[in-house]
Amino acid sequence: MSTGNTVELETLFGDYPLDRAFDEMREAGGEVRPQYRALAETLAGLPPDELQRRKQSADLSFLTQGITFTVYGRDEGTERIFPYDLLPRIITAQEWDRIERGLTQRITALNLFLRDVYSDAKILNDRIIPRELVYSCKHYRRQMRGLQVPRNVYISVVGSDLLRLNTGEFVVLEDNLRVPSGVSYMLTNRRVMKRTFPQLFHSYGVRPIEHYSQLLLATLRSLAPEGRPEPNIVLLTPGVFNSAYFEHTYLARQMGIDLVEGRDLVTHDNVVYMRTTDGLKRVDVIYRRVDDDFSDPLIFRGDSSLGCAGLFNAYRAGNVTVTNAFGTGLADDKAVYAYVPDMIRYYLNEDAILPNVKTFLLGEEKQRQHVLENLEKLVVKAVGESGGYGMLIGPQSTAKQREEFARQIEANPRNYIAQPTLDFSRAPCLIGDRLEPRHVDLRPYILFGDKVNIVPGGLTRVALEKGSLVVNSSQGGGSKDTWILEQ
Amino acid sequence: MLSRVADSLYWMSRYVERAENTVRQLDVTMSLMLDTGGASAEARWKRLMASLGKPDGVPWTSDLESMASALVFDNTNHLSVTHSLNGARENARQVREEISSEQWQRLNRLFHHMHSPQTQTQFRSSINEALAGVLDGIHLFQGVSDTTMIHGQGWQFIRLGRYLERAYATATLLEVFQPDLFHPQGREQSGYQYLELVGLLRCCTSFEAYCQVYTAELSPDRILEFLLLNRDFPHAIRYCADGIRHAVESVQRTGGRRPPEELVAVIGRLHAMLGYTTVGEILAGNAAGFLHTIREQCMRIHELIYRYYVHYSIQSALAI
Repeated sequence: MSTGNTVELETLFGDYPLDRAFDEMREAGGEVRPQYRALAETLAGLPPDELQRRKQSADLSFLTQGITFTVYGRDEGTERIFPYDLLPRIITAQEWDRIERGLTQRITALNLFLRDVYSDAKILNDRIIPRELVYSCKHYRRQMRGLQVPRNVYISVVGSDLLRLNTGEFVVLEDNLRVPSGVSYMLTNRRVMKRTFPQLFHSYGVRPIEHYSQLLLATLRSLAPEGRPEPNIVLLTPGVFNSAYFEHTYLARQMGIDLVEGRDLVTHDNVVYMRTTDGLKRVDVIYRRVDDDFSDPLIFRGDSSLGCAGLFNAYRAGNVTVTNAFGTGLADDKAVYAYVPDMIRYYLNEDAILPNVKTFLLGEEKQRQHVLENLEKLVVKAVGESGGYGMLIGPQSTAKQREEFARQIEANPRNYIAQPTLDFSRAPCLIGDRLEPRHVDLRPYILFGDKVNIVPGGLTRVALEKGSLVVNSSQGGGSKDTWILEQ
Repeated sequence: MLSRVADSLYWMSRYVERAENTVRQLDVTMSLMLDTGGASAEARWKRLMASLGKPDGVPWTSDLESMASALVFDNTNHLSVTHSLNGARENARQVREEISSEQWQRLNRLFHHMHSPQTQTQFRSSINEALAGVLDGIHLFQGVSDTTMIHGQGWQFIRLGRYLERAYATATLLEVFQPDLFHPQGREQSGYQYLELVGLLRCCTSFEAYCQVYTAELSPDRILEFLLLNRDFPHAIRYCADGIRHAVESVQRTGGRRPPEELVAVIGRLHAMLGYTTVGEILAGNAAGFLHTIREQCMRIHELIYRYYVHYSIQSALAI
């Protein structure tokens, strides 16, 4: 870096704070990390307003493409743009290699766990995981017991959330094994990024992610029922009012498959059909973006009209593949999560490559006492929730909120877990005309058909509010493009 | 193609066509009202409501501006332009993976335009300009629909919606205007009579086209001939009937079911009625009845399409 540029960069950084948390771009002493140097030089070389201009043009691009998500509880103007930060998050080949191996190992074990629990339940008989923990789980589906799923794959589309601790090490915060979303933002972020920083992107040697949709289609195809060589694959959406509706239309279009709603489907003799202008057409594979509860009113919630009556029986008869399978939420229950390293050891005889976050199970007397005494230091989460709901962040809570949570924990300890408040990593974001650090996580997308497949990338979610630890889009989060380097 | 998707495309298209028709007829009526002779403003307003298909759609109050404003902006009124465009957008939103981004963006922009306070302000200062702005938006949408979308089955359903809505609306308009056309109240009002005839043609954007075919000499029977029987003018009912027939045939060609005998028969009958009749024969017989039959047949075609392609019974579908 030349001195002239450094001055510029310092203006951009301003009084950028560096403290205990790991900074993705800068080392503790303020030095820019090697993989970010070319980015820093590019930023420093830009005329003053150029960054703002590119930001505006990127925003406009999202707006005109209609890349939005739906905010619940509002009448008009319910569609919002997902906030986007201009600076990429860069991960080295070496770091990625570990993430990839770690996630492959983890997903393999979780899948074996689901298969085991819904068949012989060896892991319970061997007392590795307490029986009552599994059977008391809200997402455990007894209907899945003894059911043969295609290729024994329960979880074919997964998005696990990773955090980087102040040691620089990645840990898994949670696994999303039901209907993980956000992959369309990963893909569109990349498209916008390529347009915003074409030369920089080119010079970096970033591994491509654009083939995700094709991989997803191949995964779905590989799970088709026997004897259906040209399977009819569809994406089942809850409909236009769902917050991820944009993503559903996007993926369906990218894969060239039909986007169906429950009302488009009928079952007859345990076969699922969709209504087309050419009569009924058999459906072979359903990529399901509807929760278990709403999938089949005959088996699950009877008051739901989003799914298709008879779907589960057709599934049980092996005439249609539904993926992810039903009841996979059992394995991303936040209390079951605590046992994932044990599962990896039990099924694979390996140590977990990506560690867990320390988790206190409140069903256990001693741990509960410890947690109740230290609520102001801990994060408490409801086990079956996602999207950043049902959460208490100790250090940012009021005494009243803590009392309320303590009461709820006492009333239903199984429903909560606690974790230490994590100092997870921060990355520079363009806030106004300065760079400021904001907390980020990483959600890679894992596909599992013939084998585990992870596109090199993921969605880096950003807690855009200063000091905030919540990255969920429903709670004011944004995102960044994530670059995995070739080497 | 999914039945629900076909249905949404069909309705998206019908709603846009309906909005266009409403805007144009309102525009023509407002300018006819500037001339104080001839029919009273009240009679003209009532005729507008009747030709939009709902005699009590927006009741006469003598406050022209608020009546017009209700017809354009009142979302609770099913006759209003906003209501139609909301319906079009809502249908489009549900099939975003089927339509082109350009179509979606045009419709989306038009939707936001209708809901922006500036549009209402503009409406108060110049109704004509405001209506012209809405028409522009609609035309842009129609244009990109034809140029950016694959002309596959989905597009055929868009065409079906457009032509059915247009044929029905034109037949309704002619039926409502028909008594005024052929029973002028004496020769001395011929200036006003002329304005009425121009108005009728402009309701179908057909004044210039008419002049090219018949010169500017306006006569009721020629106008009727033109709007009913011309095979080359897109707003003429015969042209629409040809379009309907072609679209239904193309639905089959692009992967839809073979149209049922019943549907083929109604479409064929409509086609024959318009293709092998002269205006003299129509006028010698019961012209109002003729127009009424056209409307009934349009409704019948709509029902059959719905029953056969969209909401068919599972039993019948499994039997095949």
